[in-house]
Amino acid sequence: MKRISILAAVIAAAIPFSAIAHKQWLVPSSTVLAGKDVWITVDAAISNALYYPDHNPMRLDNVVITAPDGSTHKPQNPATGKYRSVFDVQLAQQGTYRIANVNAGVSARWDTPESLAAAKAAKDAPAPAAGGMGGAPRGGMLRNASAEDLATRIPKDAVNVTVTEGIGRVETFATNGSPSEIKATGKGLELVPVTHPNDLFAGEAATFRFMVDGQPAAGLEIEIIRGGTRYRNAQEEIKATTDPKGEFSVTWTEAGMYWLETATTDSKTSVPQAKQRRLSYVGTFEVLPQ
Amino acid sequence: MRVSVSIALGTLLVAPAAQAADLTVNVEIPRINAAEYHRPYVAIWIEDAGQKSVADLAVWYQQTEGKEGHGTKWLPDLRQWWRKSGRNLKVPVDGITAPTRPVGKHALKLDQKHPSLAKLPAGKYTLVVEAAREVGGRELLKIPFEWKGKSPSTGKAQGKDELGLVTLSAKP
Repeated sequence: MKRISILAAVIAAAIPFSAIAHKQWLVPSSTVLAGKDVWITVDAAISNALYYPDHNPMRLDNVVITAPDGSTHKPQNPATGKYRSVFDVQLAQQGTYRIANVNAGVSARWDTPESLAAAKAAKDAPAPAAGGMGGAPRGGMLRNASAEDLATRIPKDAVNVTVTEGIGRVETFATNGSPSEIKATGKGLELVPVTHPNDLFAGEAATFRFMVDGQPAAGLEIEIIRGGTRYRNAQEEIKATTDPKGEFSVTWTEAGMYWLETATTDSKTSVPQAKQRRLSYVGTFEVLPQ
Repeated sequence: MRVSVSIALGTLLVAPAAQAADLTVNVEIPRINAAEYHRPYVAIWIEDAGQKSVADLAVWYQQTEGKEGHGTKWLPDLRQWWRKSGRNLKVPVDGITAPTRPVGKHALKLDQKHPSLAKLPAGKYTLVVEAAREVGGRELLKIPFEWKGKSPSTGKAQGKDELGLVTLSAKP
């Protein structure tokens, strides 16, 4: 019995990481613009390769566009296909637009007496197929749930219930005219520019700061990958770690569209059932040639 | 060879009107055989030792009225000029912005009374010429020079793609 719950814990721990293997992204058609009637189109997907939609479209329900004056707008002309979603953004004001998909919710996993029995049977059977996800099925799970769902949708006989709160932000930036200040929202894990995200050039260093709930996030591990992974054999990840001020610096070796991800966990949950809060951030940044 | 000629020319010019520093820039826009050719956008400016833009000399862009404005949509394609000056500028600017130029050699002669040069202290600078062409490439050339130095300052740079020969002559 004890061994089964350890196994269950291992599987539970593995799931978030396998979820990370698929990369979420928002890719704008342009990031530096000027003129009277300025529009961009944005691709939104969850894929393996950057930036090729080959897995799932991103749902656009939670996409919010923040204009330079702080007003928020919904995507225009949204459409969701098999592999990607697209939408337009009109940059009517001068300054920087922040385009973000922010997901906040609770997830839960649990066992039931039936699933535990099945897990025991599976353990006695030959080893499951390779791939990590082939382990014994759990009793059930909830994703993107609310606190009320926890009370109503988890079976009464559930055991080993793990509830996790999550806040994830996927975003990108585009500027019409001169870049304007990007203000922190003070909620969850977010990037606060030191170097403006629409002022990045190959051969130059950029500095960014990460905050959790408005406080500097030290020791965060940052992963950066340049797009076009389909056309090279190595991912060529750039790794960085934030310093006590929550800052890190990266020197862009080449021009391109870059994907940046970081995640952390803490225990500052707002739902009492949740012991842990997962925070994640993904940004897309265009680096221009000198 | 070219340098000595320019110096001789500079000396000649100094004689009649002393105390009138000026700057002559020649920019060649090369003939490019392309299925779809558009005249390049060109920005010419001066940077200080810290690579900060201190004077815009010329910006050539499409100024015909269109839905998207005076062709300003493509000004950010002059990437370095755009970040260093363009995005903070309200175009058109008198004496600086002008329509795009055709293939050929174009001379830009500015005296010290030009608004861009009037406030420029004597010292060492870099002339930067950047060109970007719609459905084409982009090129940036730099020529270091001395403004209001003891002797005339000349220099040149040869472009490879979007720019031809660029020459500079600064007369103290």
